[in-house]
Amino acid sequence: MFKKFTHETIESNAGWLIVLTMFAISVGGLVEIAPLFLHDDTLEKVDGVRPYSPLEQRGRDIYIREGCYTCHSQMIRPFRDEQLRYGHYSLAAESKYDHPFQWGSKRTGPDLARVGGKYSNEWHTQHLLQPKSVVSESVMPNYPWLMGPLDASDVADRMRALRTTGVPYSLTQTEFDQNVKQFGEEHARMFHIPDAQVNLVAQAQAGNYDGDNRSVSEMDALVAYLQVLGTMVDFSKVKPEDLVKFR
Amino acid sequence: MAENTVQTTGHTWDETLQEYNNPLPNWWIYGLYVTILFAIVYWIIYPSWPVGKSHLRGISTVTYLNAEGQSETHGWNTRAKLLKEMQDANALQKPYFDKIAAMPAAQVVKDPELNSFVLSAGKALFSENCAACHQAGGQGKIGFYPNLADDDWKYGGSVGEIEATLVGGRRGYMPAFGEVLEKSQIEAIAHYVLGLSGHAVDKAKATEGNTLFHSNTGACYYCHGEDAKGRKAFGAPNLTDKIWQWANVPVATDLNGKVTAVQKVVMGGLNKGVMPAWGGENARLNPGQIKLLSIYVHELGGGK
Ligand code: HEC
Ligand code: HEC
Ligand code: HEC
Repeated sequence: MFKKFTHETIESNAGWLIVLTMFAISVGGLVEIAPLFLHDDTLEKVDGVRPYSPLEQRGRDIYIREGCYTCHSQMIRPFRDEQLRYGHYSLAAESKYDHPFQWGSKRTGPDLARVGGKYSNEWHTQHLLQPKSVVSESVMPNYPWLMGPLDASDVADRMRALRTTGVPYSLTQTEFDQNVKQFGEEHARMFHIPDAQVNLVAQAQAGNYDGDNRSVSEMDALVAYLQVLGTMVDFSKVKPEDLVKFR
Repeated sequence: MAENTVQTTGHTWDETLQEYNNPLPNWWIYGLYVTILFAIVYWIIYPSWPVGKSHLRGISTVTYLNAEGQSETHGWNTRAKLLKEMQDANALQKPYFDKIAAMPAAQVVKDPELNSFVLSAGKALFSENCAACHQAGGQGKIGFYPNLADDDWKYGGSVGEIEATLVGGRRGYMPAFGEVLEKSQIEAIAHYVLGLSGHAVDKAKATEGNTLFHSNTGACYYCHGEDAKGRKAFGAPNLTDKIWQWANVPVATDLNGKVTAVQKVVMGGLNKGVMPAWGGENARLNPGQIKLLSIYVHELGGGK
């Protein structure tokens, strides 16, 4: 009854052709990506990595909205030239709360994975408003509208959405207590969704990132985000050989 | 149609449609086999397939020094390779950094070999870390960042003082006088300040300004000094020279414009001159690099 399953069967049967083509092109992913979700040696065990505060998270949304990733990567590869220029190579663990991650590969501008703390808030604000005013040869566009007010009304919803992807923002007391244990009380407060908007405004006021304390601007959020990039792990406490042996 | 010796694949579509079966040339086929063999050898030498909760490590190894300085060998991976490369390169640079750390700066610049090391390594470090603010040649930017290539220093221009600036960072602060002083008083002070650097100003206003500058109402003298030549402890600049960082005096063409530029600074105060700290915990630069950079900045032209 069964016809022999030959090359001709596939070529003359659209269903088989589609199914087997799909299988063939997913082999690469199945072999190279899927196992990473099961491996013990994917996420390095380092201290300090935490979710973003509400303000930083909104800054990250603006980073994505403005398409900064079209010119900037956030992935320092383990090569000597990159380490000398940008700092310690990026760890998988450092983007575990990034959804989606901003690794990228296009570098019209420099990598930003460790730009946090490199410049002052004043520099970032001036640079984003008008890059050429501080780096005369820059081809980065001006972002004058970032001084406009930040819409913070939906920040709690955004955090709730991220929570469903596994970011430990807390809704209940139990979750909050868990965060206190993992990240310390100060941070755990920041990750509590019901207080998100209050926390956002408080951080923007205290940080005064854009030099104008009268209102919370998109600039406040974006600079807060840039200033935290790559600063969570204290590499003076990490032995380089531990990261080597991890792989 | 000419006679054809090439076989067909044997399939026939739409009654007559056939496909030639042109076998690949042998060199190509053997090339393929060689690449497959190459891949197998590669899998044996380098990390390759996922297996269980980990992956095959390969037999190749890298030997590097661990944090205790002992030699350690681990399976090849890019991190191990990087660690080794960094250590090899650091070992090559170490004799230079050691000498620079041990010698007074004045002696370093007299040694031609060390000096050229300072200039080339300093240029690379400066471009990556400092040029975004102080600009490529250290010339600064009026209204934002001080010039490091001139001989006017707020915090001191000796190598030691520059080093202290780099390690701890700086933040200049001058209070706003907009609500403390009358508009006319600020104008008078501006005339006085401009007169200090040789501008032709209104004498009567400058005299009033002089009094205010040295009074406890203005209290300018407290930070800028009795002689207005600046006080390092406050990072308050010398106001008697023609070098300006904040008040854009050089651009203004007439006295009115220059007075306005100084008035603006005095009224609004200054609190945005932030020089990040490069030393201390989680530092971007190590002490050797900081000393080297300090000598480099000192050599930009205006070191004291
Ligand atoms: C058209 C490409 C382009 C886009 C889009 C772009 N940048 Fe840039 N960026 C550059 C270039 C080129 C530089 C290097 C010159 C300079 O410093 O301005 C740079 C530099 C930077 C730096 C300084 C990095 C360093 O280490 O010196 C930061 C921070 C930065 N960009 C942030 C951003 C942010 C945030 C956005 C989105 C709002 C953005 N950029 C969008 C091209 C771009
Ligand atoms: C984010 C911008 C920024 C970066 C990056 C930066 N600086 Fe500065 N630097 C400043 C500002 C602003 C001041 C003036 C501080 C003040 O007004 O009190 C300053 C002051 C200085 C001074 C003191 C000048 C004086 O008159 O006493 C030195 C020296 C200096 N910087 C060197 C460096 C070096 C070397 C680097 C690179 C490692 C560097 N700076 C990186 C912004 C920067
Ligand atoms: C608390 C100390 C302090 C007092 C008081 C003070 N200044 Fe200053 N002043 C500074 C500092 C510090 C700077 C440099 C700020 C920086 O570079 O970030 C400065 C900068 C300036 C500048 C800008 C110089 C330039 O290069 O553009 C002027 C002009 C000036 N002061 C005038 C005055 C006058 C006039 C008064 C009195 C009404 C006064 N200052 C009182 C500390 C002070």
